[in-house]
Amino acid sequence: MSTRLEKPIFEYSVPGRCAEDQWPRDPGAAATEDLPASLRRTGRPLLPEVSELETVRHFTRLSQLNFSIDTHFYPLGSCTMKYNPKACNSLAMLPQFLARHPLSPESAGQGFLACLYELQEMLKAVTGMQAVALSPMAGAQGEFAGVAMIRAYHRARGDLERNEIIVPEAAHGTNPATATMCGCVVREVPVDPEGDVDLEALKAVVGPKTAGIMLTNPSTLGVFERRIEEVARTVHAAGGLLYYDGANLNAILGKVRPGDMGFDVIHVNLHKTFSTPHGGGGPGAGPVGVSARLAPFLPVPLVGRRGEQYVWLTERDLPQSIGRLSGFMGNAGVLLRAYIYMRMLGREGMGKVSEYATLNANYLLARLQRAGFDAAYPNRRATHELIITLKRQAKELGVTTMDFAKRLLDHGMHAPTTYFPLLVPECLLIEPTETESKAALDAFVAAMAEILAEAAQEPERVTGAPHTMPVRRLDDVRAAKHLDLTWKPTASHATPTTPATPASP
Amino acid sequence: MSQVPADLKYTKTHEWLRTLPDGTVEVGITDHAQHALGDLVFVEVPEAGRKLSAGDPFAVVESVKAASDVYSPLAGEVVIGNPALAAEPEAINSDAYGKGWLMRLRPAAGAPAPALLGAADYEKLIAEEGG
Amino acid sequence: MAFIPHTREDVESMLAAIGVERIEQLFDEIPANLRLAGLSGVPEAANEMEIGRIMAERARLDGRPLCFIGAGAYEHHIPAAVWAIATRGEFYSAYTPYQAEASQGTLQLLYEYQTMMASLTGLEVSNASLYDGASAMGEACLMAVRANRRSHSRRILVPTTVHPHYRATARAVAGNQGLVFEELPYCAEQGCIGADALERYDGQDVTALVIQQPNFFGRLEDVDALCDWAHARNILVVAVVNPTSLALLKPPGQWGSKGADVAVGEGQPLGVPLSSGGPYFGFMAARMEHVRQMPGRIVGRTLDAAGRAGFTLTLQAREQHIRRAKATSNICTNQGLLVTAATIYLSLMGPGGLERVAAASHARTRELVDALIGVPGVRPLFRGPVFHEAAVALDRPAAPVLEKLAARGILGGFDLTEHYPELGPALLVCATETKTTADIERYASALAECLREARAA
Repeated sequence: MSTRLEKPIFEYSVPGRCAEDQWPRDPGAAATEDLPASLRRTGRPLLPEVSELETVRHFTRLSQLNFSIDTHFYPLGSCTMKYNPKACNSLAMLPQFLARHPLSPESAGQGFLACLYELQEMLKAVTGMQAVALSPMAGAQGEFAGVAMIRAYHRARGDLERNEIIVPEAAHGTNPATATMCGCVVREVPVDPEGDVDLEALKAVVGPKTAGIMLTNPSTLGVFERRIEEVARTVHAAGGLLYYDGANLNAILGKVRPGDMGFDVIHVNLHKTFSTPHGGGGPGAGPVGVSARLAPFLPVPLVGRRGEQYVWLTERDLPQSIGRLSGFMGNAGVLLRAYIYMRMLGREGMGKVSEYATLNANYLLARLQRAGFDAAYPNRRATHELIITLKRQAKELGVTTMDFAKRLLDHGMHAPTTYFPLLVPECLLIEPTETESKAALDAFVAAMAEILAEAAQEPERVTGAPHTMPVRRLDDVRAAKHLDLTWKPTASHATPTTPATPASP
Repeated sequence: MSQVPADLKYTKTHEWLRTLPDGTVEVGITDHAQHALGDLVFVEVPEAGRKLSAGDPFAVVESVKAASDVYSPLAGEVVIGNPALAAEPEAINSDAYGKGWLMRLRPAAGAPAPALLGAADYEKLIAEEGG
Repeated sequence: MAFIPHTREDVESMLAAIGVERIEQLFDEIPANLRLAGLSGVPEAANEMEIGRIMAERARLDGRPLCFIGAGAYEHHIPAAVWAIATRGEFYSAYTPYQAEASQGTLQLLYEYQTMMASLTGLEVSNASLYDGASAMGEACLMAVRANRRSHSRRILVPTTVHPHYRATARAVAGNQGLVFEELPYCAEQGCIGADALERYDGQDVTALVIQQPNFFGRLEDVDALCDWAHARNILVVAVVNPTSLALLKPPGQWGSKGADVAVGEGQPLGVPLSSGGPYFGFMAARMEHVRQMPGRIVGRTLDAAGRAGFTLTLQAREQHIRRAKATSNICTNQGLLVTAATIYLSLMGPGGLERVAAASHARTRELVDALIGVPGVRPLFRGPVFHEAAVALDRPAAPVLEKLAARGILGGFDLTEHYPELGPALLVCATETKTTADIERYASALAECLREARAA
């Protein structure tokens, strides 16, 4: 990691400089003479004029200002920052895959379609669902598809009153936001002191308006919902359906399946459990799986099989589909990466993932408790992740969760998720994943213990952290009040103002 | 800890009301509410002439960590939204009961009297909420 | 296996620290009757060499035909530096920049991207991207409903000259919130929005008008007149644009006297491979007055505790993790990795290079159309200027002709019949700077052969 700040690329720009070897040949001004003047651009856009080396150096230096899985321990809870195998990337980027146009005929895509078909089958197997659609482009879009299918199902039965979606109060913010996007109303239910859904409260909330409930299991509190079957019975008896948010599938892969727990619809975050890249915030992929009664409503396209041929299934094949969620086939290249990863795990590897993810989380919990930290749910097993609360430290030492998080950066570790779930005060949600070694976990415990000691002796070192990053703590209030969202040229930087004619520099 | 001026009325959702000599009512959020939100970075106030029912959201106050709707305690018509808050949202943090007012409302004639709290009751409410 | 680093000794000492004997005990809170006995339906593990062979074989099956399809995804040259840098682990394996101090690389890159896209679209502000162009159009329609306070109808006018998949996606994404999409017919002769199609909306409450430029047929709409028509009636304008075209065509921010309110589009042409449809990225830019109604991440420049400039996520109070049920969208991630590629691409191209790509692609499409209409049985479908894509009519059904071409290793275009049956047999064709005169001649002579065969049959 570098601590040297890099100036904006626009400040390298010099009129007339360019990377012309990367450009096509000049077709001449006559090539565009048919475009009417009234529809043409008159000033050039603000793009830098730089050489290839300057570009490469600038963006390489920017990359060095990031923490990443490849360079740092990254125990961001609920995000499953496991190692992204290099083969998954290089094989998904074989030239034929990259060059394939999305509207190519099926005959020119049997290899690609075979991968997608088998991916659908494997996802059915590990989730216990009856049918899978791959096109949702992120977890949030998978959630959207799930709730939209629930609504479509009720509507198709003439059950038009069901517009309430129940979410536990600890749920991720996407759950209520998704319900709203689907035109539903959110009803929150509390959880009990041990982290399970409050069944009595749930029974009081369900009724003839219940469309469904959105749950993740293990829950966002990092514990397994033990009475899941009773939750399922309660919601089903009221006429509602169960939606499984696949955020935490890494904890149960190969051990227990959402379909067997009674869920009707599920989305899977391929960028979590199946190790596709997080890419600095996307692309994700959020395939959805459903029970038989929701299968007619799946988003299109799906991949089907006719004889020996793989084919697209569209609205013609699924007339009740909730429709199309992307221009083409979702994040196809991400799907290929997940396919490769799942083939490399194989049947035996699936269970290993959850076993070692759970081992790592429980080990970390035991060690952190011994180092003086409080578990949010001390009577429960950790799942693939764990929550500690720094409420006591905040009160006694005046050092908050945010301070711990920032000080961890100085120790060369990305902070865990902070202040989520909101239900637990001063919390750190820690997810080590199965690909981290015992040594990495021991180093994390040592760093946490050191920060705790420092907080007692020299608290301002902690509250003033980070000290070794490229920047100190950033002023978020200023950022939101004095919006500076684009670089603006100043007198000392040239602005491209020449007319937009294809001229040779 | 929070200020609760004795001469104002309050709501359970942390708005305050001041009846002005011309019969209009000034509405804002309480000192307790601004504390909970933190440094405000953006405030959206209603346009003059907007008709409100009691309980309608009429403004949005936003900090970097929270955003919250503000609800009208009374039915009526907006006389003016505080124009100064666009440039200076922090006025709510520094002077919640003065420069930080959100709107002036002309109460609708014949509307039922709303259930408002006096200063003592409001102080009790925020004490119960752990404020 | 499964990329797990633990040795047997590690496992034993970890279990001892936890106080259990076997890993299985860690799952003892799961009801026993739910426990899975074994997984069927997943094959045995393949090691790296084995999966390498499988994938190479699959790729071989796909082949590399000569492609003249556009229709929303365009094959452009991607400089080698683009993906060499974008797949660096520091970009590839980082996440959303929640810890700004440890994510300045991603954040600054997004700020540079926002600057480039705002300028390219001629608008003031850009977000850090959405999923793809089609879903971005759906989000833009939802945003227009929030932004247009003078309209209460939630009616969105969508011309049928907008990509049919975009229309379908917008309906699926936004339809559940009560938006009503009303389709406007196009002028059969021109392949553009007809003025008469708009007249019947005079005096009605309409929330937004969507305009795609160039439109799905590659034709250029009269954007100035359309934009002014809408604004005169308090209708917001959502522009759907091809980013490459903006090097040459008037940016949405300058349409008409006031400019479009929101511009969205498919970012794929900016350094992202075709890759069977994704991952791509949707871009979205808007006038500053609408910034709080925008969905998605936005990065801002601010100061750190030492007074130095740095970057951070901002305006987060719009988003789902704070606003929950009242958020502008449920979107969490953007398409960061693709934006990384696009920002590198736009830097290498600069204003001059992007103009070259646009002009060269346009020149190749003109050459292609000239070659194809020289083939007996092929004629142009619409009158008037196009940009780097065009519709042509055939004298016999398109599907069998495309099949014959595919058998010769040529993807001859997008069959318009399914979505526009009224046009009769017709193809949408496209050539970018990646096609040579020889490629175009090969296509034209193959098409002549295929049509001859079809006539003979």
